[in-house]
Amino acid sequence: MSDWLEATFAQQRPRAIAALTRVFRDIDTAEEAFADACLKALTVWSKDGAPRDPLAWLLATARNAGLDQLRKSQRRAAILSRHTEEFQPMPAETPDSDEMRDDVLRLLFICCHPELDRRDQIAIALRVVVGLSVQEIASAFLVKFKTMEQRITRAKKKIANNPVAFETPSPAERGARLGEVSLMIYLMFSEGWSTSAGPTQMNLTLCEEAIRLSRLLVVLFPSMGEQAALLALLLLQHARRRARMDADGKLVTLDDQDRNLWDHANIAEATALLQKAERIGHRGPYIIQAAIAAAHARASSANETDWALIESHYAALYALQPTAVVRLNLIAAQAKLYGPHHALKATEGLADDLASYRWFHAMRGGLLQEVGDHKAAIKAFEAVLSLSPTTPERATIAEKIDISKKELGDM
Amino acid sequence: MIYAITIYGEPGVFEALPKERRDEVMTGHGALQEALKARGEFVSMKLMPPTSAVMVEPAKIEGAAPLITDGPFADTKENFLGFYAADFKDLDEALEHAKMISSPIARLEVRPVSWAGGAISSE
Repeated sequence: MSDWLEATFAQQRPRAIAALTRVFRDIDTAEEAFADACLKALTVWSKDGAPRDPLAWLLATARNAGLDQLRKSQRRAAILSRHTEEFQPMPAETPDSDEMRDDVLRLLFICCHPELDRRDQIAIALRVVVGLSVQEIASAFLVKFKTMEQRITRAKKKIANNPVAFETPSPAERGARLGEVSLMIYLMFSEGWSTSAGPTQMNLTLCEEAIRLSRLLVVLFPSMGEQAALLALLLLQHARRRARMDADGKLVTLDDQDRNLWDHANIAEATALLQKAERIGHRGPYIIQAAIAAAHARASSANETDWALIESHYAALYALQPTAVVRLNLIAAQAKLYGPHHALKATEGLADDLASYRWFHAMRGGLLQEVGDHKAAIKAFEAVLSLSPTTPERATIAEKIDISKKELGDM
Repeated sequence: MIYAITIYGEPGVFEALPKERRDEVMTGHGALQEALKARGEFVSMKLMPPTSAVMVEPAKIEGAAPLITDGPFADTKENFLGFYAADFKDLDEALEHAKMISSPIARLEVRPVSWAGGAISSE
């Protein structure tokens, strides 16, 4: 029975912890109270069946458990000092949807605390909001249990020392929080999709949890096109997970991927979400990126890719986010339309900005190979190897170097 | 009589299950689909998550166009997830089939259909 109930607890956790954090103004108390309530639910629900509104049951039980804990603990004084008044009795029913959405957003925003570095923000969100164990998070980040435990403890301390406002946010503040939280979720996915360095290319746990959190934002903010587009973007990338590595553990480029291995249920859902996002209107960076990913997903083979459309999307994205990385992607699309010589020339201006970005050198290496400048191609690929690529990337690049060396030897 | 077996549950809970449990649920659906296929025509649909939904609300003013909104608001309670429909001999037979997909994460409703068109028709 407990497997089934635990799936329900996992599903309720973000909302429950969010509401309890508002009540107790303290994440640790909220987490302990929720854990107590789940323990109780295991006994009661196994006997009487799950209630029709599991969240309301868990919240009411957790609130009482939390108050009990506080009465007993020394933490009480510290936590009470953060309240301007005595605890408001929490209504037995679930908070209304407006309140709930601000609660969850606040909790996620607390995890994006500015004093935490990005990876610690992601780790704390996985621990507190998603409820992954420290061990699971440590394996996701390829660090030792002890290291992760210390990082999470330190992060929680920083959060407690400098709490976020608990008042209902203004629309502008809400928008800012939503932007910050969406970026954290996007980066959680990216970290899973291309690990910073290490033996594996992907860590699907991070990708799946980022999708779950992104889905939660869409449920809470159904009229925000950018959040629907973010979910679409993540699903479109995630759809390629099975095609992205070959049997030898090498990375397969988008052009060479077996499109039959793409997850078409993910693509269908993403397409629906993107259409919905585009209806809402506002064309932000996530909508544009999702539209680019959708253009790839629509092409039944690499040759049928609509590169002109993709180029125009990247140009629009560059207008919103004039960064060197976006420009590099624009040039990659232009390479398909206007050829490698044109693209190589265009990359020259980015050499300073992207000197330590391994994809810059990998792309240049590929273009140099295409124009037959194998000496320069080898140099570019060697630059990739010096920038701590993942093991699968290293294997792919080594193979490319061999190809160029062979070409040079044949001459 | 055509009966619809409609499935209600909370989106996301199935995905949070460990793989063996998900397989258990899918085995039930596989068995039901096989059984229905053996009997004749049927319809089955799994809906995408409610996040992909758009609502068409009736116009507030008479004669105005219906109002299209971006979807149901944060609702943590049960959602309509999908359904099966087929022609059954009687309620008992419909219930026997519904039992095949019963699991702790879904509530099923077995309800007679008063009109159906398309692949299975009540005409």
